Amino acid sequence: MQISKAYRLQFLVLFLVLLVAFLVNLGMGSVSIPLHEIISVFIGNGASKETWQYILLDYRLPKALTAMLAGGGLAVSGLLMQTLFRNPLAGPFVLGLSSGASLGVAILILGASAFGGFFGTLLLSQWSLVIASALGSFLVLLAVLAVTFRIKDTMAILIIGLMFGSVTTAVVSVLSYFSDAEQLQQYIFWSFGSLGNQSWQGVVILAICFLAGLALSIFSSKSLNSLLLGENYAKSMGLQIKKTTFIIILATSILAGSITAFVGPIAFVGLAVPHLVRQFYKTSNHFILLPAVLLCGSLLLLICDTVAQLPFSEYTLPINAITSLVGAPVVIWLLVRKQKLFF
Amino acid sequence: MVSEEKNIILEARNLSVGYSKKGDDSIVADALNFSIEKGELVGLVGANGIGKSTLLRTLTGMQQALNGEVFLEGKNLREYSPFQLATHLSVVLTEAPASKNMSVSEMVSLGRQPYTNWIGSLSEKDEDTIQSALQATETTALAHRKCFELSDGQMQRVAIARALAQDTPIIILDEPTTHLDIYHRAYVLKLLKKLASEKQKTILFSTHEIDLAIQLTDKMLVMANGETNFESPCKLIEAGRFDSLFPKETIDFDGKTGRFTIRK
Repeated sequence: MQISKAYRLQFLVLFLVLLVAFLVNLGMGSVSIPLHEIISVFIGNGASKETWQYILLDYRLPKALTAMLAGGGLAVSGLLMQTLFRNPLAGPFVLGLSSGASLGVAILILGASAFGGFFGTLLLSQWSLVIASALGSFLVLLAVLAVTFRIKDTMAILIIGLMFGSVTTAVVSVLSYFSDAEQLQQYIFWSFGSLGNQSWQGVVILAICFLAGLALSIFSSKSLNSLLLGENYAKSMGLQIKKTTFIIILATSILAGSITAFVGPIAFVGLAVPHLVRQFYKTSNHFILLPAVLLCGSLLLLICDTVAQLPFSEYTLPINAITSLVGAPVVIWLLVRKQKLFF
Repeated sequence: MVSEEKNIILEARNLSVGYSKKGDDSIVADALNFSIEKGELVGLVGANGIGKSTLLRTLTGMQQALNGEVFLEGKNLREYSPFQLATHLSVVLTEAPASKNMSVSEMVSLGRQPYTNWIGSLSEKDEDTIQSALQATETTALAHRKCFELSDGQMQRVAIARALAQDTPIIILDEPTTHLDIYHRAYVLKLLKKLASEKQKTILFSTHEIDLAIQLTDKMLVMANGETNFESPCKLIEAGRFDSLFPKETIDFDGKTGRFTIRK
């Protein structure tokens, strides 16, 4: 189970590609900033134009970091879900986790206007968004889990996820009926997903949640490996199923919940990245898969974000649309090529 | 006869197994008494639905006994933590591994989990145990193959190799010969026999291959309606325990050859 030398090269390449994507992401946008200026800012010499420095440090850098944290975190939570449910289709989006998070945020944003006034504004701090979103996804996961303990059929779990999606849409429409236009707009924009407009404070909060979720995931990796054999085998090797399941679910909801809170529901990263990684890493050992999925997720969302900014133009596309446009064909391509998705 | 030194490793005392739903017990089999000695190969036979799997699930601690006790190396099964149990008892289940994307060596290595640290790194001793498990099941050549590439027969050998890597005195197998051709059925049973006699493993397996089990096992546990017998195959034949196993109008047991024949 040691990380064998064979994977070192792959990790090195992946890391370098990520670095390049990071720099490209910083350079591209409505204003193009040359590479040497970026490096000059990083080593503290400042850029030749003050606006460039401002754009880099206060807009693009937090955005790029958010993209990396969000992409990596969603991909990791997808990997955890696929192993926990032993279902290649599992992922934060498909399982209704993102719907749960949306529901939490919808109730918070739209409910705040419904319940009105002072209490409303008190609720709308950044932390409360995160908590509502994480709570929402945690509750959905618990519900999904309750179903899995009763029903052994994994299809049922996915249907439950879909149902939560519909319930969210329904509750959101009911709430939006009673809320005012401004709040509604705030929610709609949140649901498009956006990596930009993150304050440094937001990035730090996101990073803390991300590290907490990641630590729990790494801690669970050995258990995840034994879960690959199935629950009964895992038990026979001394695994405490309930405790492990709880920790994995906690990790996933912290990751998916906090990320969804900050950047909105982002589809397909959690589902597609683990499958992509399995194409290149011929192992099912989570101690290798986890870092690989993390790096690939970060990379994918960085690239998607670079595309979403439509380089050399003033427009920015919703990130959620881009990930779906990239992710859905990838999943279809994998299915057609491999006939079957493994996990 | 000179009294043999008894070395009982797995014992059931007045055990009844079944399912309990909201305090409503539905007993599948009861009054089970048997004691298995170290290094014995024991076959568990009985008709479909008689409770073989339920009994095995109870013995492996996956489900609670309704009544009675199970003793493992003299200690009550209830007193074992899942982690302790994992170093005393390993299993081969009817279910295939949930993920077939694993390589054979990865799957067998998982058997070392009860012994490895939290990142599951393998020591030299772990590697040795894995290698000898692969050798014992003749799966060394398959080590780098993926599980989905294997035939049913190969998969079963790998599953046994994983249990061997877990390095427990007792191995319990649930129908290890199902879905296998006659050669692999014989191969698997001979392998179990070899493990019991050479490595002093205590092996309990359920099977429908009654005639093969009669030829190979040290003891057999025969579950029939209302009674369960635990004896060596010869004594069971003498006592006519196999005769009442299935309805007589369809299938008949011939005590001389140890085989079942279809009534025409």
